[in-house]
Formats: sequence, structure tokens, C-alpha cells
Amino acid sequence: MISFIEQIGAFFRRPFEKALGELRLFLQVIYWIFVGPFVRKPFSWRSTANQMAFSGVHSVIIVFFVALFTGIVLAMQSAYQLVQFGVKSLVATLVAVSMARELGPVFTALVVAGRVGSAITAEISSMKVNEQIEALDTMAINPVRFLAVPRFLGLLVMMPCLTILADVMGMLGGFIIGYFSLKINPGLYMNMTVKFLLLKDIYTGLFKSMIFGVIIAIVGCYEGLNASGGAEGVGRSTTVSVVSSFILIILADCLLTGIFYFLNI
Amino acid sequence: MAKTVIKVENLIKTFGNRRVLDGINLEVYEGETFVIMGGSGCGKSTLLRHLIGAIKPDSGEVRIKDKDITQLDTHGMDEIKKRFGMLFQSSALLDSLSVEENVSLPLKEHTKLAPDIIKIMVKMKLGLVGLRGFENHMPSELSGGMKKRVGLARAIAMDPDIVFYDEPSAGLDPVVTAVIDKLMIDLSKKLLITSVVVTHDMNSVFRIADRIAMLHKGKILQIGTKEEIKNSTNPIVQQFIAGDVEGPIQFLTKGDDYLEHLTQ
Repeated sequence: MISFIEQIGAFFRRPFEKALGELRLFLQVIYWIFVGPFVRKPFSWRSTANQMAFSGVHSVIIVFFVALFTGIVLAMQSAYQLVQFGVKSLVATLVAVSMARELGPVFTALVVAGRVGSAITAEISSMKVNEQIEALDTMAINPVRFLAVPRFLGLLVMMPCLTILADVMGMLGGFIIGYFSLKINPGLYMNMTVKFLLLKDIYTGLFKSMIFGVIIAIVGCYEGLNASGGAEGVGRSTTVSVVSSFILIILADCLLTGIFYFLNI
Repeated sequence: MAKTVIKVENLIKTFGNRRVLDGINLEVYEGETFVIMGGSGCGKSTLLRHLIGAIKPDSGEVRIKDKDITQLDTHGMDEIKKRFGMLFQSSALLDSLSVEENVSLPLKEHTKLAPDIIKIMVKMKLGLVGLRGFENHMPSELSGGMKKRVGLARAIAMDPDIVFYDEPSAGLDPVVTAVIDKLMIDLSKKLLITSVVVTHDMNSVFRIADRIAMLHKGKILQIGTKEEIKNSTNPIVQQFIAGDVEGPIQFLTKGDDYLEHLTQ
């Protein structure tokens, strides 16, 4: 019995240690953003801007396509059901609300985790295994301030922006099906979208996307800074980074949706 | 008597149940080039990592300019770190930055100098290591020897008092090794830098060293000047200098327990 409990404990030990390490890194990042600039040294705005360009601007095209096709698929799937009830104009509402509350932020986060999170881990972990992190340390340059903070801020700012893009693109996708296939009057489609889409639908989605951005940045940097074992280690930590980002994003999504649902936000 | 810059006392470090450093005592004097030599796995890299404060020892002291760095917090350690430079075995240049950005990084981070001044200082440092005009190259465009020289320029960017070298000749051909050695000698003479070099390249040891410490199995066998080490009566030191297979340092499996080892 005791050995069984021990086995369960051993199984959860590594994820637990990881979560603790990620929490510690998160607190360090917060320190370097809010306290560090006043008592120690400021982080670099220039490299933050570079990270914004990398994680935000360069993700636009892929987010554009993913969201557009998600909107198209969502419209077709919901029309399949709603037409039977004779309320096909509700397709507009359904697409708008589900994009804004759920699919916009989550799909954007998954795309960005795959594209940006993996790149962050690959870059930092290859720096780690090539002594570059140690070199920063011996130059008295804090790796969290120098590497993690710009990436964290970049994602924190750009995730909501990309999510807004995804929301709009998804609704456009829905509109394409609604207009060309379901023959819904364009004016009616837009009216149905605007009337039932509340402001809180949009900002809960944007809040979610910021949390997802935090997850991607922290997991990506943590796996990078704790990589070991040469080129193989770089590959391994990159995989682990993407997989754990995905899992944490879905978990956080479930938790946040639950909170919003039960608090009626 | 020259001033003592680095003083290591009774340093002990254990990884798992393997004692990597077993009571190290040594002193490095101002302006000299001090070489730590020894075979692979003898603990010389670990010793160097203690000197730069990257690892905390189990017990013992590392004093740099009379400050025990094993007791310092990160802030205090940062202040010490600004006073020394380090050349890494793999050069450890940041891949995403150009040569100029790499060399100017410590200056930008730790000084309030104007960008123009920093630019001039970077040019001077690159000139010292014979890489004028390479400011805009990326590290991936450079050969191993050039990367080492850029790494050296970065190590001396802050005009440090002490420079640590981790295997400066690793992976370089004999001519480039000689060039790097000459640079190290020049820098320590011109800039009056105290150098601590970890290496097992015997040619460069006798070119650059003022004093040598021989490390073996976590202990210092002998410390002395070049001549003292050359004329050492210690069989381990002699075997190491000559590079003999036969001698007290054994790698090949001995006959006695070989059968036992195989059948275990």
C-alpha cells in the first residue's frame, strides 16, 4: 500500500517540481518588470520590441488563415443543425460568440505555442548548452532580465492583438458561408453579430489570451533555461515545451471558462 | 612579494558521492599568469567554476581581492563579476548578436557611456585581438580561432583586473593556438591583467605560464614556476608533461581484475 502511494508520489514529483520552477521564474520575471528597473537595472525596450515583432507581427499570416477557416467550418457545422430549426440567421451569433469567447483565444494560443513557444525554447536551450547563459552570468547580466522579460512582455502584449485579429477573421469566415451558401442577407448577418455579441464576450476572450501568453512565455523560457545534454537536449526541451504549453493552455482554458460561467461573466 | 589577488583555502566539493575537489589551497599573485593543468576529469573545470562564483563549495573559501566570494549575495557577486573577464572553451558568443554587439554588451549593460564612445572602445578591443573591420560579422561567419579572439575582446571589454581562460587552445590548430597564447601574454603585459588559465595543452602551458599548479584527482600535486614543474621529481607530473601511456596515471585496464570485471 505504502509503495503504491510512493509510486503515485514519484509519478507526480517531476511535474510538481516543474510547476514550482515555472512559478519561481514567473515571480522573477514580475520582479524584473516592476521592481528591478528601480532597484537594479531596467530591461531592454529594444529587445522587447523585437520580440513583439517576432511573436506578434510574424504570426499574423498563420493566425489569419487558421481563424478564417475555423470560422468557415464553424458556420457550416452550426448551419447543419440550425437550418433544421429554421433559425439559420443564428449562425452569425453562434460564430461571433464562440470565436470571441473560446475559439479565437484558444486557437491563437495553440498556434503561437507551436510557432513562438518552440522558437523561444529552441533559442534559449541552445544558448544554455553552448555556455552562452553561463557567459551572460559571468558578465553579471541576469538571464531572466535579459532573455525572459522581453519574451514575456512581447507575448503578453501581442496575444490579445492576435486574438482580436482571429475573432474578426473567424467572423469573416462565418460571413462568407452565411452570405454565399446560406444566403443570409448581409445586413441581417452583421446585425445578428453585433446585437448578440456583448462586450464581455470579447474581453473575457482577451483576458484568456493574456493568460495563455503568460503560459507560453514562462514554459518556453523555463524549458530553455533548464535544458541540458547537447543538441539532443535542445530537441527534447523544445518538444516538452510545446506539449506542456498545450496541456496548460487547455487546463487554464477549462478553469477560466468555468470561472466565467459560474460567476456569470 | 607580489600582492595576492586570488586565494583559495581548503576548497572541498562533492558531487553525489564523488569528491571532485579535495582540499584545494592556492594563491594567485597580481599580474602573473597562473596555469591550472591536469588530466580530463581531474576537477580543473570545477575549480575554475568556483573561482568565478558559478558553483558554491561544500566548504572552504575563495577570496578574490580579500572578499570571500562564497559568502556574497548575487548583488555583491555581480560587482565582483564586473571586475573580471572570462574566455569560454566554446567562446560562448551570443549567436543572435554581431561581433560588435557581443563585445559591447558588457559596456552597454554596466556603464553609462555614450554609444559613440562604446563604439570606439569596441574598435580598440577588436584591434587588440587583431580583428579590425570585423564589427558587423555574425559569430556564425567566423572560424573557431576568430570566435576565440572575439570572446577575448569581450572578456577584456570592461578592462578587468583578472581574466579567466577555460581551455583557450581547445579545438584550435597549433598556429592559431600560438596566436592566442601570444595575445594572452601581450594582454597580461600591456594591460597588467592577472590571468588564470585552465588547460592541458603542454606547449601552451610552457609558453604562457609564470606559475603552474598540477591538479590530480581533486588534489594539487605541485605548485611551482615553469622550471620547477619541468624538473619535478613527481612521477605523475613527469608522465603528464611527457604524455606517456605508461606511468602512475592509469587508463588501460590492468590484467589483475580484468577477468573478474568481465565476468561480474
